[in-house]
Amino acid sequence: MTAYPASDPALIADAARERRFFLSLSVPALVIVGLSAVLPILWILRQSFLNIGGDATLANWSKILNSGLTWSAMQTTFLLSGSTLVICVILGTPLALALASTTPRKANLLMIFLLLPLWTSILVRTYGWLVLLRREGLINGALQGIGLTSEPMPLVYNTTGVLVGMVHYMLPLYVLPVYAAMRDIDGSVVRAAASMGATLGQAIRTVILPLARGGIVSGSIIVFVYTLGFFITPAVLGGGKVNPIAIRIERTIGAFQDWGGASVLGMLLLLTVALVGAMVLALRRVAGVRHA
Amino acid sequence: MLEAWSDNRVSRWALWAFAALVLTFLMLPTLVVVPLSFSASDLLEFPPREFSLRWYEAFFGSPTWMAALRTSLTLGVLTALIAVPAATLACIGMNRLGGRSAGTVYGTLLVPSVTPGILLAIGLFFVLAKLGLVGTLPGVLAGHAMLAIPVAVLVLYPAVNRFDWAQVQAARSLGAGWFRAFGGILLPQLRFSLLTAGLMAFLTSLDESVISIFVASGDSSTLPKLMFLSLRDQIDPTIAAISTLWTLLVAIIVLVLTLVQSRNGP
Repeated sequence: MTAYPASDPALIADAARERRFFLSLSVPALVIVGLSAVLPILWILRQSFLNIGGDATLANWSKILNSGLTWSAMQTTFLLSGSTLVICVILGTPLALALASTTPRKANLLMIFLLLPLWTSILVRTYGWLVLLRREGLINGALQGIGLTSEPMPLVYNTTGVLVGMVHYMLPLYVLPVYAAMRDIDGSVVRAAASMGATLGQAIRTVILPLARGGIVSGSIIVFVYTLGFFITPAVLGGGKVNPIAIRIERTIGAFQDWGGASVLGMLLLLTVALVGAMVLALRRVAGVRHA
Repeated sequence: MLEAWSDNRVSRWALWAFAALVLTFLMLPTLVVVPLSFSASDLLEFPPREFSLRWYEAFFGSPTWMAALRTSLTLGVLTALIAVPAATLACIGMNRLGGRSAGTVYGTLLVPSVTPGILLAIGLFFVLAKLGLVGTLPGVLAGHAMLAIPVAVLVLYPAVNRFDWAQVQAARSLGAGWFRAFGGILLPQLRFSLLTAGLMAFLTSLDESVISIFVASGDSSTLPKLMFLSLRDQIDPTIAAISTLWTLLVAIIVLVLTLVQSRNGP
């Protein structure tokens, strides 16, 4: 903003009025986000310390923290997020490399295949996987058709089904930052590696992947943190047998009408996400990864 | 980038074969759902042996699905109409304020996009329950507008920051009021970003499912909520027909977005 001469009180008042005016412009957005996001989160925190009668208590916390269901849900959550991350890195990094190694024109065309799923409703995608992975589904038909299996394999309503759905959801979100980082690599650096006799594998390992580190880290954080709170995919493809924390929250509200307990579980999820976020930030500072 | 190894055919073919497989994996659900929606059979057979439009008839003939479709479209439009003006004003305010206060506002507005959806959903559910607004359209709308604001801000903030404010100062010094200066100079230059933000806000609402699942019911049930419920109970090809129409609608919007962005320059 323009600096006003401090000597003139009229101008100072004018500047202050202008500041108030500009601050007031953000009020509508702040009110909406405040009332329907920030207030609800604080409400969950408050409710986690209240019993049904509305008195302060620690009973919700001790009950949830002492329940085996909570810890098995936590374990399932981390198992699903970790596995999704590993699979996304394995599938997505080579895809990003292939896209980055072609002309921008071709890459943009292929990008449609990446973006269309991203914009397809999660329910449409989940339904597609349900049809594909059923006992009589296309995948089982194909597996039996080529003689890999004689019996239909249990591919859905279990961890496998949930993982397929989660990887499918997160893969584009992983590939995009990795692709962007690889696109930014100076081509002459890679050519220099080639002229010094590096094989393709060596160049990928020692030049491309280290230079794309920022994108890989960003993509990994997105995948891991995002999947910690996944609800739809495990609810539909897990068939009641795969119960991460989000499913436990829903069941605690729906089946048990235990709002206090659900609030504690919600706070645990929020703490987990915040903790992972803080750890990532700390690691990044130590490792000195930029652009991540 | 990898031209230097163009004689290394095997590795490059392997890389592209792998990439093609992964892209196929990404397209697979869509590739299955679309043909299935035209199947004549009750069974989820693939590929379908006979084709018909019966699942589309089932969808358009069902008052429940139609009501949900109307609710979803209404919510989408209302969400865009609320989120885009609110986000635009906030972006102008943040840009002019600068410094710490702008950072605080920005951080607060992005809260919905960094909080797990399930948490926002149950929190909103608790608050709306207290107010007796669970299952009402305004309740769901509050949730959707809150989710769409960060989306609109992320689109609009860079555009507002690129704007040359000397133009507004010139207009002001020539006697234009704030309203005239913003409406006549800033907004026309933001039109592509405003259109993008509006479509993204609409899509955010249309696609939203977790908040709807917890907060909507009866008349305020959105299409995703009904789809979720029917996926949990039984799966019939009506869902495939809805999914196909849904994907088509989103594809059109994304196409428009791409055109808008390419016309808007790189």
